[in-house]
Amino acid sequence: MKKQNPFGENLSRRTFVTGVAAGAALLGSAGAVAKPRQSTLNSDAVDTLRGNRFDLDIGYTPVNFTGRNRTAVTVNDGLPGPILRWKEGETVTLNVTNNLAHDSSIHWHGMILPSNMDGVPGLSFAGIKPGETYRYQFDVNQSGTYWYHSHSDFQEQQGLYGAIVIDPAEPDPVAYDRDYVVLLSDWSDESPHDIYSHLKTEGHYYNRQRRTAGDLWDEIREKGVAQTWRDRKMWNEMRMSDRDISDVTGYTYTFLMNGQTPDANWTALFQKGEKVRLRFINAAAMSIFDIRIPGLKMTVVASDGQNIEPVSVDEFRIGVAETYDVVVEPDGDSAYPLFAQTIDRSGFARGTLTPDPALRAGVPTMDYAPVLTHRDMGMGHGSMSGMDHGQHGSASGMDHSRHESGDYSPHGGRPELGGMQGTWFTDNLGRAGHGSDSPIVHMPSEYGYGVDMRSQMPMDGLNDPGIGLRDHRQRYGRRVLTYADIRNLTLTIDRREPTRELQLHLTGNMERYMWSMDGIKFSDAEPLVLKYGERIRITLVNDTMMTHPIHLHGMWSELETGDAEYIPRKHTVIVQPGSKISYLVNVDAYGRWAYHCHLLYHMPGMFREVRVV
Amino acid sequence: MRRATMKPIVILSASLAAQVVVAEEPASTGEHAMHGARPAYSEQPASPNLQHAPDAPDQQMDHEVLLTNVTIDQLERRENDSGALEGSAWIGGDRDKLWFKTEVEREEGETEKAELQALYSRAISPYWNLQAGVRHDFELESDSRNWGIIGLNGLAPYFFESDASLFVGEDGDSALRFETEYELLLTQRWILSPKVELNFYGQNDRETGTGSGLSDAGAGLRLRYEFTPQFAPYIGVNHEKKFGNAADFARDEGESPSETTWVVGLHAWF
Repeated sequence: MKKQNPFGENLSRRTFVTGVAAGAALLGSAGAVAKPRQSTLNSDAVDTLRGNRFDLDIGYTPVNFTGRNRTAVTVNDGLPGPILRWKEGETVTLNVTNNLAHDSSIHWHGMILPSNMDGVPGLSFAGIKPGETYRYQFDVNQSGTYWYHSHSDFQEQQGLYGAIVIDPAEPDPVAYDRDYVVLLSDWSDESPHDIYSHLKTEGHYYNRQRRTAGDLWDEIREKGVAQTWRDRKMWNEMRMSDRDISDVTGYTYTFLMNGQTPDANWTALFQKGEKVRLRFINAAAMSIFDIRIPGLKMTVVASDGQNIEPVSVDEFRIGVAETYDVVVEPDGDSAYPLFAQTIDRSGFARGTLTPDPALRAGVPTMDYAPVLTHRDMGMGHGSMSGMDHGQHGSASGMDHSRHESGDYSPHGGRPELGGMQGTWFTDNLGRAGHGSDSPIVHMPSEYGYGVDMRSQMPMDGLNDPGIGLRDHRQRYGRRVLTYADIRNLTLTIDRREPTRELQLHLTGNMERYMWSMDGIKFSDAEPLVLKYGERIRITLVNDTMMTHPIHLHGMWSELETGDAEYIPRKHTVIVQPGSKISYLVNVDAYGRWAYHCHLLYHMPGMFREVRVV
Repeated sequence: MRRATMKPIVILSASLAAQVVVAEEPASTGEHAMHGARPAYSEQPASPNLQHAPDAPDQQMDHEVLLTNVTIDQLERRENDSGALEGSAWIGGDRDKLWFKTEVEREEGETEKAELQALYSRAISPYWNLQAGVRHDFELESDSRNWGIIGLNGLAPYFFESDASLFVGEDGDSALRFETEYELLLTQRWILSPKVELNFYGQNDRETGTGSGLSDAGAGLRLRYEFTPQFAPYIGVNHEKKFGNAADFARDEGESPSETTWVVGLHAWF
């Protein structure tokens, strides 16, 4: 592990890169340019550790991102922690020492490993006590871009995260001249416990884009009083806000790219004509980002570490905990901004991709802030045309009364309501790769005080770029990635049909700030028991107006994007508001696994144990 | 301003969970054995159970936390050396809370009315809490007295923050109170908040100046500026009016049955 002199590193790297053959994976570490930050982190650039034995120290580190001194929780005094560069086929050993006053842990996000190495206190192991060292050891049987983070308390919000890059054993199907990790995160000067407690008291505490009298006046002038009243009626009766996009926003967050603030402007270098691989990782606690590089097409080559058939896009959304690898080929002599605006447009992280450290890119303007529609409440209203943003369509005829859970459509099988085990279907299942045909069933447990909404007709989340992105093609001429665009690079390994299907509903109450699955929060829930060797489908139905990134530990989520031949494997799947999405799971790992929403302050409730027996 | 998120319950739930897990382990091992023909996947070691069950508070991300809140809804100065305090405090979890409410009014330099309610609050629907408990009126211009309370508190459609309480006194007296408040955002920080309160009584009581039926009503309009969501000074106008017998009692005392005053105050919570 070496400390890097930013300028020296960059200069030597530039000359070094010139003579190196294409395809070599050169630069794991971020080539940062010196910036006027008062941080006392151990380095301005992120360290890269290589090999198969690592000593990682979790501890407190003073930081200053906003002008105020704060204490972060870090790995090896880095925020983010060091990039761990592994090689597929090797066995890695990681000695993680906890120097905190509290328990800690590290979870290797997206790694397929034995459950006692997964790093979830209470499920995989007992956590790492203060002063103790835990030895993680497992075989690396995959390649690509992943990350690690604490699974204890709210330490992830405090800085305990870092990147994992695994070089493939076979030649990499992706050709590139150099690569950079671009790790996005959100920093707050407030303690995460204060943030949680603010949200518990006022769910809209951090929302600075609430509807105002001015918005109402504009709407009345545009549509008249009567129509405005009708349009507002449903929201008012349901006591919900169409501006409720992110729970925690730029009001408290400073968004970071590789640990650098937007002002610090993290910088990556390229030589004209090079193929640059950018490994985007969303390590934020609560922030979903929309990423673009104005002036450059991005070829998406991997999703959640897994190679996919390359897709050329102008913009893509990265949910919390997802990773996307893109290749760009900057051909000019100009600098390009790496721009990551949050889903609610309350702020952004940014950096620069430049051929010359002296040349910096400007800051693009943020796009409009999205407003939720009836469609985002799962009311089946609105088209899939991608133009359905804003507040059009009428509320009349919308029925938000209780859906009778005995009302099954004729082509789906009758489900078994297994108490806390969820709703299981065994008959007339949709074909593998094509998603669910089963009717939407709301469990009786969804009718409690903790659930404020149930989607009556959830949309298919597959073709939907998501709120705020649906009209970007029409409005800006940008091609935006959707899950439907993702096809695995290689053939689906397991071609079996699923033998049963679990329908699980993501539920919550924004006013009380409670989150749950099927209306049951984690502390009240029993484990979901799966049988080793079976292949199942999980259909997630989002009965909330928030975008939830759902992460299954230990086993791949094989996203059903409509092509059974090339099913992509993901570890974290975005479920759009009022929408549903399905994936297959090969139950091939014994043990107790976590299954949860990766938005940190949703985790206390929207969390299940999956137990494979 | 720091609010404690206490964690004893986490410890408790974690250790309970651990016990349950340990107890269930033999059963699941049994199931393993019955699955004689395992598919041809690489064998992975079964996860160890929680024999070293964690006992530190933040070992797990399951935060069944005990939350606390103190809200000063109105702390204000009125004309003629008068003032008022209306506030609440609660402690508890998502469903069950211990909830305190207080109202104090001063007129012309003297504390005229002071009451304290202690309630058990239970979430009964997405937006409503059922509340039951006792209310104590402190001895000031009249004798102190105690009431039993049953009430509903929550968010009504169209975003009206509402509170309805039925009071039953020791000697069979009864009273009913409705309060509702709305927040109109002029901007993200300037918030105009109208509030209405109605008090009904089942009997006449000259001592407290309350009359049978609709006894008194209050209507306020306050404009606050949120420096933060937790700290917002305001200015406004408050109107109070007595009706029927209550109005007569007031006239007999030489007081006006209705009063309108300017107010300046603070809304805060922590």
